[in-house]
Amino acid sequence: MTELTEQQRGRLAENIVYFARALRKAGIPVGPGSVVDALAAVLAAGIGTREDFYWTLHSVFVKRHEQTFLFDQAFQIFFRRRNYLEQLMGMTMPQVEGNIPDKRKEASQRVQEALFQGLGEKLQREVQELEIDMRQTVSDQEVLQKKDFAQMSAAEVAAAKSAIQRLVLPLDDVKTRRLTPHRHGHIIDMRRTLRSSMKSGGDFIDLKYLGPKTKKPPVVALLDISGSMTDYTRLFLHFLHAVTDARKRVHSFLFGTRLTNVTRALKQKDPDEALAACTASVQDWSGGTRIATSLHLFNKNWARRVLTQGAIVLLITDGLERDPDDRLEFEIDRLHRSCRRLIWFNPLLRYEAFEAKAKGIQAILPHVDEFRPIHNLESLGELCRSLSKTGSRDVATRKWVNKAA
Amino acid sequence: MATKISVPGSIDDTLKLLSKADYVGDRSLATVLFLALKMGRPLFLEGEAGVGKTEIAKVLSSTLGRKLIRLQCYEGLDVSAAVYEWNYAAQMIAIRLAEAEGGVDRDRLTHDVFSEQYLIKRPLLQALEPDTVGPPVLLIDELDRTDEAFEAFLLEVLADFQITIPEMGTVKAAEPPIVIITSNRTREIHDALKRRCLYHWVGYPDATRELKIVNAKVPGIGKKLAQEIVHFVQALRKEDLFKSPGVAETLDWAAALAELDAVALDPATVSDTLGVLLKYQDDIARIEGSKASELLNQVRADLRAAE
Repeated sequence: MTELTEQQRGRLAENIVYFARALRKAGIPVGPGSVVDALAAVLAAGIGTREDFYWTLHSVFVKRHEQTFLFDQAFQIFFRRRNYLEQLMGMTMPQVEGNIPDKRKEASQRVQEALFQGLGEKLQREVQELEIDMRQTVSDQEVLQKKDFAQMSAAEVAAAKSAIQRLVLPLDDVKTRRLTPHRHGHIIDMRRTLRSSMKSGGDFIDLKYLGPKTKKPPVVALLDISGSMTDYTRLFLHFLHAVTDARKRVHSFLFGTRLTNVTRALKQKDPDEALAACTASVQDWSGGTRIATSLHLFNKNWARRVLTQGAIVLLITDGLERDPDDRLEFEIDRLHRSCRRLIWFNPLLRYEAFEAKAKGIQAILPHVDEFRPIHNLESLGELCRSLSKTGSRDVATRKWVNKAA
Repeated sequence: MATKISVPGSIDDTLKLLSKADYVGDRSLATVLFLALKMGRPLFLEGEAGVGKTEIAKVLSSTLGRKLIRLQCYEGLDVSAAVYEWNYAAQMIAIRLAEAEGGVDRDRLTHDVFSEQYLIKRPLLQALEPDTVGPPVLLIDELDRTDEAFEAFLLEVLADFQITIPEMGTVKAAEPPIVIITSNRTREIHDALKRRCLYHWVGYPDATRELKIVNAKVPGIGKKLAQEIVHFVQALRKEDLFKSPGVAETLDWAAALAELDAVALDPATVSDTLGVLLKYQDDIARIEGSKASELLNQVRADLRAAE
């Protein structure tokens, strides 16, 4: 490995900086510290084969498994376009390994936009009007649509904030295994005891105690965005955004015919921006309902990542599934076993004459810990109030199970 | 007196170092490992359970001749279990003895009681101690099991490699230890900690590498059996299982079959020993019986075609 000249080193640094910028625009957060680290890493490892160079940059820039794909695309485009790497290798090595892959792959939309910014035309966003009222109907057709929410008024935002503050979910104060200084605890804190006894030169030993620390458990929300739930989607998204703001660990998933993780989109401070980010990432608004498939995907890919540490799951769906089979029962059973408490929120329960006859609802009902009716879905305040009410499992679900039988 | 073995000087040297301890790794892992050793950064390994993340730390410590200090993380891990604790019983006896002697000088007593004699060192503090053979390998296992409070504390320690004991002073490491952090991704680790480290995702190996691993770790296994085992597990990973078998499970299964003196796989043996590979009842119910024979026939056909 021959030493690089000053000029080659300068050009290498420049190109790595540009590469980092492209990654940043494509969605991988790369700070200036990472760029400095990348340069140090490349100098430490030296310029060898293309593969080594790839993995050197990968180890510094990629911090999550999901970013690997974007990084791969960006690397293929960036370092092949100008044939830079080959020139550099030609200068530093007497013979170049002829192993450079020549596959042409479709690069992702974002990466292309980031690199060729300003050259392409902007896509027109189409707004589709939904004319059919899809409430209380089921369909398993996949309808891909984009959604446009109205702006939130300041009054709505303020109401949301105050309602969420008053929200007390069941099992909201969970004891953890940590101990914290407590006046009337049961475990003696030796360290504080001895330190305080030093104040009197060891004459007095005044016992200090430790008690269990409590925390709010993490919340996972699974929200159904199919056609039958269209009216309530905005309200629920606003609710989820406010909860994400107020609590530390909230994960939100939207499902219809596909399952999308919108946790990061909802983390933005402004509710309009958060909802806009949601709409950008989800594609199957107001389409069909495939609850069993979505729950299966959730259980397989996400359950072990977000349900640990005793999470409470809020399942917000009307339970109407087109062809319910054993799978739905199996998946909801598995979900129930993996979380601390499963609360089902069903907007259909508003109607007095509601009877749980639909097969999907009958399948889900026995595996749910709490079944909450929502009497008034017009306001967020009402929603929070109904969530806060403590309902015991036996009373609520047995009533509905008996009615269905 | 043992001499200090220095860290490898290039990526090829790193691969050789790993193979010295029978660890078959791929080039990407060797690159990240080399950079972590050379740049002095912690190495953050993420991946499914049973792919060999903890093994790397053990391999490093045995090949470089360093001490391995292991901190197993769990929920509720706090400073007293991870860093240090005072030996309270001995301290109380010392106080009573001083009192019995009479003439207690408060400052001197405090100085005596809070000295290194009464300090119980736990893994993080042990890792900062100097060693003649070189800085130790600190393995922080399953960091995703602890909570954010411990992560914040760890971030501070990994930044400066110094720990402040209020009663005694600051302990600083002469040479920073080699830090390896593993995670099973049951919780997302905070970005601030990941930024300090070099990240690597350890995935399942491909057929050729897995075959090398089986041959290296289970010596004396028949060639045909090893090939069938590896291809069967590879086919199993393509199925829609709740938890795919990892490399550790493959090795366990190979050892079990070698114990049973099997020469080749047959459907009965596979169904009987499926519990070694799959750990969830739903997965076992789905695979055992006809599905296992179907996969086995496919594997045999592929191997025959490859010959």
